[in-house]
Amino acid sequence: MSKQGLRNLKESAVRTFFLMNGVLTIIILVGIFALLLYSAVPAFREVKIGEFLTSTSWDPTSPVKAEYGILSMIVSTVMVTLVAVLIAFPIGLGVAAYLSDVAHWRVREIVKPIVEILAGIPSVVIGFLGIVLFGPFLAGLFGRTNGLNALNGAVLLAIMALPTIISISEDSLNAVPAAYAEASLALGGSRWQTLVRVKIPAALSGIIAAFMLGMGRAIGETMTVLMATGNARSFPHGLLDSVRTMTSNIAIELGEVPYYTTHYYALFAIGLVLFIMTFGVNLVADLVLSKYQEREQ
Amino acid sequence: MFYEKYKKLIAWAQLGLALVFTPILIAQGRKMIQVKGSDTMINLVQVLAEEYMNRTPAAKIAVLGGGSGTGITALINGTTDVADHSREISTKEINQMWEKGVKPRTFTIAVDGLSIIVNEKNPITKLTMDQVGAIYRGDVKNWRAVGGNAQPISLYGRQSNSGTYTFLQETALKNKNYSSDVKEMNGNAQIIEGVLSDEAAIGYVGVGYVLDKTTGKPMKGLKVLLIAKDDKAESFSPMDKDAVDTGKYPISRGLYQSTNGKPGADIAAFIQFELGPDGQKIVEREGFYPIGAKYTQENAKNLK
Repeated sequence: MSKQGLRNLKESAVRTFFLMNGVLTIIILVGIFALLLYSAVPAFREVKIGEFLTSTSWDPTSPVKAEYGILSMIVSTVMVTLVAVLIAFPIGLGVAAYLSDVAHWRVREIVKPIVEILAGIPSVVIGFLGIVLFGPFLAGLFGRTNGLNALNGAVLLAIMALPTIISISEDSLNAVPAAYAEASLALGGSRWQTLVRVKIPAALSGIIAAFMLGMGRAIGETMTVLMATGNARSFPHGLLDSVRTMTSNIAIELGEVPYYTTHYYALFAIGLVLFIMTFGVNLVADLVLSKYQEREQ
Repeated sequence: MFYEKYKKLIAWAQLGLALVFTPILIAQGRKMIQVKGSDTMINLVQVLAEEYMNRTPAAKIAVLGGGSGTGITALINGTTDVADHSREISTKEINQMWEKGVKPRTFTIAVDGLSIIVNEKNPITKLTMDQVGAIYRGDVKNWRAVGGNAQPISLYGRQSNSGTYTFLQETALKNKNYSSDVKEMNGNAQIIEGVLSDEAAIGYVGVGYVLDKTTGKPMKGLKVLLIAKDDKAESFSPMDKDAVDTGKYPISRGLYQSTNGKPGADIAAFIQFELGPDGQKIVEREGFYPIGAKYTQENAKNLK
């Protein structure tokens, strides 16, 4: 074979290899969705889908009557996630702005790696901190006897979402062309005005992506909330109630459930609802992102 | 000719096969006994297994937790040799076993007085079974209603795969639903953690968990409640061996191990050790109670 032919062959082999990788991720995603759907649907032979989504009582092993309502869990998940992001986002954006605009480069060189190390702390460790450190602190602060509640979980999730939010926001602030800031300063804008009115709007698509990815991190996290929120099945009436999120419930019950029972299928149905929720969040993030990118061009 | 050409290749293949299969063969020769189930029993069975392995170096036993339900499910699915369970096998599970051809043999290896615990700051010292049931069903929500401080009761419990969860539901709760406010913890140790740090807490654990092994008394910061069968009956402590043995303590129970069919020689030897005098001494040291004559007979029958 000629040298040229060999090269072409190599080229197309490499191209096919990368194409296959791309196709593989799609196959995996579709496969997971199909498996979830396949395992979830049999649950609705016995449980009405409306009841499943709107009833607040979940007690599949009840000796009286097995109940499969996941509304409490949906509300708990949304509550814990939203509060976590509301705590993490302002702090994260503040740190990002500090690192990109205010901090001395030496400080930045120290703080950035530390933020990245924070991302590497295992969720079990953070959950443990919630039990021994933060829970008792919250209990004392609010005059409760224990701190195993939604707020505890939300704060811990906020800590876990911070590195994502900081890194991505900072990158997008740094990516704003220097000319933007220079123009603003030349027109007599203060550094604060430059940051808030010029740089942040210019970096908005990245910042929104950071927000959404932080939310994705929080919504799917299991171990931390499992350890810190108390896992009571009741409908939450406030942040100081003990709550059980969808992920916690799956983690708690999937290990023990007898296979191919309604309970088993119902747990997959919860997984499916969670999948749809995270898919929705990502879809909205993508739509917002592409809209802003269009406007910039 | 052919052989000559590929000699090297065949040699390599042989080496490769040997490398892959030898460890598998070795592992099969030294068979590991799998024990899985009850969280209440895990510490006890682990100590028993360690002691047994010290005496019988050829034996290999792996003890896992997960809850009684998990252990029994594993026995049904054939993924464990021995299931630990702190409740009896349910009819539903028996049916599943028959479907899969699993014929359980059950051994009682120890006796437990399920202990209802509160924080030491709680002035309550005793409850009746009805009161325990009402508290865990959520009918009684404040300690004042049972003679304590005016403070909302903070409920700690186990998850539904726990034998202890089912046992209390069948006895004190009279087969009614648990309150949805129960904070469901992962095991006995976590319930103790919760009750130690929560003044208004109530929790339930196996008696072996409340004992501080260095002092022989209940753990500091915990209070073990006396429990009465009803309003008129006298109340007893789960730390009272006689009361648990005679059943005067109303929530005493056996701790069981089940095998699929008659246990094989190596498993039977381990069970015999557990049931023998040395094993039962360990049971007592771990804070549980040795088995009485009635169980001993049943066990002997099942070993044959």
